Amino acid sequence: MVNLREIKGRINSTKSTQKITKAMQMVSSSKLRRAEQNAKAYVPYMEKIQDVVGAIAAGTKDSGHPMLTARPVKKTAYLVIGSDRGLAGAYNSSILRQVQRTINERHKSKDEYVILALGRVARDYFVKRDHNVISSVVALPDQPTFADIKEIARNAVGMFIDGAYDELYMYYNHFESAISQVVTEKKVLPLTDIATSTTSAAYEFEPSGEAILEVLLPQYAESLIYGALLDGKASEHASRMTAMRNATDNASELIDGLSLQYNRARQAAITQEITEIVGGAAALE
Amino acid sequence: MKTVTVSIVTPDGPVYDSEVTMVVAKTVSGEMGVLPGHIPMVAPLAISAVKLKKQDGSTDYVAVSGGFIEIRPEKVSILAPSAEAAASIDLARAKEALKRAEGRLEGKKDDIDFKRAELALKRALNRINVQEGNI
Repeated sequence: MVNLREIKGRINSTKSTQKITKAMQMVSSSKLRRAEQNAKAYVPYMEKIQDVVGAIAAGTKDSGHPMLTARPVKKTAYLVIGSDRGLAGAYNSSILRQVQRTINERHKSKDEYVILALGRVARDYFVKRDHNVISSVVALPDQPTFADIKEIARNAVGMFIDGAYDELYMYYNHFESAISQVVTEKKVLPLTDIATSTTSAAYEFEPSGEAILEVLLPQYAESLIYGALLDGKASEHASRMTAMRNATDNASELIDGLSLQYNRARQAAITQEITEIVGGAAALE
Repeated sequence: MKTVTVSIVTPDGPVYDSEVTMVVAKTVSGEMGVLPGHIPMVAPLAISAVKLKKQDGSTDYVAVSGGFIEIRPEKVSILAPSAEAAASIDLARAKEALKRAEGRLEGKKDDIDFKRAELALKRALNRINVQEGNI
């Protein structure tokens, strides 16, 4: 016979796990709301900067600025945006798998690429596999500000200008909705596919178009990275929320099953006791 | 009096949005006053205070850490990595940053770190000036 106390213990431990997952789900859903707000607050900035960059790039064609010109690719950099903590479903694993697959396809030796990692899980993954991780940021806050990633964004752009690598790709989970996040690859540098807007007015440049590009392009590239991070954070919270909701549901199911088992066992014990008593009474007559 | 719409946006969201009669900003090539109906223009900004004169005669100050200004006849936009209106500047934090930057400037002679510390110093000073209103 199944041990009653054992089942009771399992029910209790499942219940306390469920409480934790439930709490994590609620925390994540409120964080998701904040992250979505952050992403929304960022939109006007991004639109504006895209607008201006487009207008200037259209005005000063073939400026020869290093960030606008593609050069022969000897070294590629991958900026991977992961999370610091796990328990977020497939959030990290899907992105890491994608990056790994891309690297395997495109490169034969480890000298051909470098990794920039955001988030502990991503960093540990690449360090453990002996990839060349040249820069990483861990323990990012849940609601990152631009100041938090300025350093790595500036480094990433700076190293491109210095020629440490000739291409910069960015991998992150794009937030589509609370239940769907898509791993996205985006080429950040060189900025070859700037949408040139023809609608905006022709600008005067002070002191010159080139001088403005000098300031504007790094700021633009940095903001692209920041935008991806905000997007990634929203995805992380959404993904964790879904994972935790599933865990909570599973726990409920498990508890239901166990309760049924427990009640059956209890009923069996009672029935047996009655049978024994009745048997004993019959024997006395 | 004619006015122009000014919006100052940072990656962390909009900081300032208002109708003003004149904008005074310090670009890398010098100070510039912008009145409504200015020709379209773009210029990078220095780490400085932006002065915004309003219709009722009052003046707002916003500290910007670089970025650039985009001018159109009916709208002026300033895009900066960070910007704070005078009222929202944390003076204690700015003073702390100033001290830190000063310490670093004395200690290091390394080129990159020196430049970085210098910029940090400028940003901190700019914030303090804007907050205390001595511009």
